[in-house]
Amino acid sequence: MKPAAFEYHAPTSAEETVALLAELGDEGKTIAGGQSLVPMLALRLATFGHLVDLRRVHELRGIEQRDGTVRIGATTTQATLQRSEDIRDLVPLLARATPLIGHFQIRSRGTVGGSLAHADAAAEYPAVALTLDAELEALSVRGRRTIPAARFLTGTWTTALAEDELLTAVTFPVWRRPRGFAIEEFARRSGDFALAGAAVAVGLDAGGRVDRCAIGLFGLGPSACRAHTAEAGTMGREPAEDMADDIGRQALADLDSIPSDLHGSAGYRKRVGAAMVARAWRRAVREAVHG
Amino acid sequence: MADDIDIRIRVNGLPRRATVPPRLTLADFLRVNCGLTGTHLGCEHGVCGACTVLLDREAVRACLVFAVQADGSDVTTVEGIASPDGELSVVQAAFREHHGLQCGFCTPGFVVSVTAFLAENPKPTDEEIRAALSGNLCRCTGYQGIVNAVRAAADREDSV
Ligand SMILES: Cc1cc2nc3c(=O)[nH]c(=O)nc-3n(C[C@H](O)[C@H](O)[C@H](O)COP(=O)(O)OP(=O)(O)OC[C@H]3O[C@@H](n4cnc5c(N)ncnc54)[C@H](O)[C@@H]3O)c2cc1C
Ligand code: FES
Ligand code: FES
Repeated sequence: MKPAAFEYHAPTSAEETVALLAELGDEGKTIAGGQSLVPMLALRLATFGHLVDLRRVHELRGIEQRDGTVRIGATTTQATLQRSEDIRDLVPLLARATPLIGHFQIRSRGTVGGSLAHADAAAEYPAVALTLDAELEALSVRGRRTIPAARFLTGTWTTALAEDELLTAVTFPVWRRPRGFAIEEFARRSGDFALAGAAVAVGLDAGGRVDRCAIGLFGLGPSACRAHTAEAGTMGREPAEDMADDIGRQALADLDSIPSDLHGSAGYRKRVGAAMVARAWRRAVREAVHG
Repeated sequence: MADDIDIRIRVNGLPRRATVPPRLTLADFLRVNCGLTGTHLGCEHGVCGACTVLLDREAVRACLVFAVQADGSDVTTVEGIASPDGELSVVQAAFREHHGLQCGFCTPGFVVSVTAFLAENPKPTDEEIRAALSGNLCRCTGYQGIVNAVRAAADREDSV
């Protein structure tokens, strides 16, 4: 047994869960798939007096279509998303991001909500949520609130969630056609967290010009971020694949806290990041133009 | 001190009951409480895949699940993969035939992972096989024999 001792709770409703979280304060910690939390407990990077398991809170699981959006319950597993035809059809960027997360044995337990709440700087789902302007739903004894992805991600491993707040669902807008999506990342070994990655979403108007563009970056700062200047530069233009390298350079130009460690210097990551944006742009544009 | 918790888990078809501390991992429960030492522990933090078991038919890291979280579930370990009379499964036989193991430390994790993978993807491409194997580390074989074994097992399962 490697983790320190803790008390175990398995509530059966969201209401009961948040009541427990409020009562336990900073001694309590939610556990969903455990694929990030258990390694941290095993390495004793973190210890908690109480774990509150979401496995019996069935209302937090499932995929639902609701007027032009797709709502995904927080404890829906990554494996479930990978198998879902609705997700492939309606939120293709999320479907394409999923196989990049770890390995299939991780995805069978890892959850959407856990990925977002854990908010690793190099994780795929936070970047996808930010790129698509997803909305996150949170519940606590004080009530329910909705948080836009841009305000949810506040830094490395930190989010707008309060200690006693439960992430209940995330809602993705469905983009009308013609549109294209792509996510590209570079990792040294398959399944590792990315050294640098980018997600691109492009929408076209009736005349075939860009009327929507979102570029999300991950592994390139304290948390996922958007390349707003590069996005704005594409608006109203006819999307061409040969714009890719310029867009890549521009997307990375304003970043000032690219991590530097033994896996790669900031300068190296910047070049890799620009290449990932360029690749993702080409693929997204190809899909938007040719379907 | 944290209270121990009563759990019931079906392991390789047999019902097991135990009273365990919440911090006991499923891997330790299988090895220590059930005496099933085929589930190996390499890293104990999710990286190596040696501890892979089937939890309600899905391949998971047994070192990243607490036994209390598996209460009410069905678990299959490497000991439950061969048929009861000891005949190797298609995957196990292919590993033996194609030199998919040397020291054998990683093998239970590979065999269980590949069993789950082929159940869901009976006709994988070579690319898909390699992606599926990425979650298990082997220090001996150089992986070539393992990749060949999975290809052979897939082709054989396909033909029956
Ligand atoms: C070998 C390995 C490789 C991996 N590779 C990748 C990768 O490439 N990309 C990637 O993105 N991830 C990767 N992961 C992490 C994996 O995706 C995790 O599943 C995910 O980050 C967390 O989801 P979880 O459900 O397991 O959360 P848990 O581990 O249970 O929880 C993580 C954190 O989120 C909190 N939390 C969970 N659910 C909620 C909720 N509903 N409300 C409030 N807080 C909540 C917990 O309190 C905890 O702080 C990897 C993990 C491993 C072990
Ligand atoms: S021991 Fe579980 S993954 Fe290494
Ligand atoms: S056979 Fe020795 S670790 Fe794989």
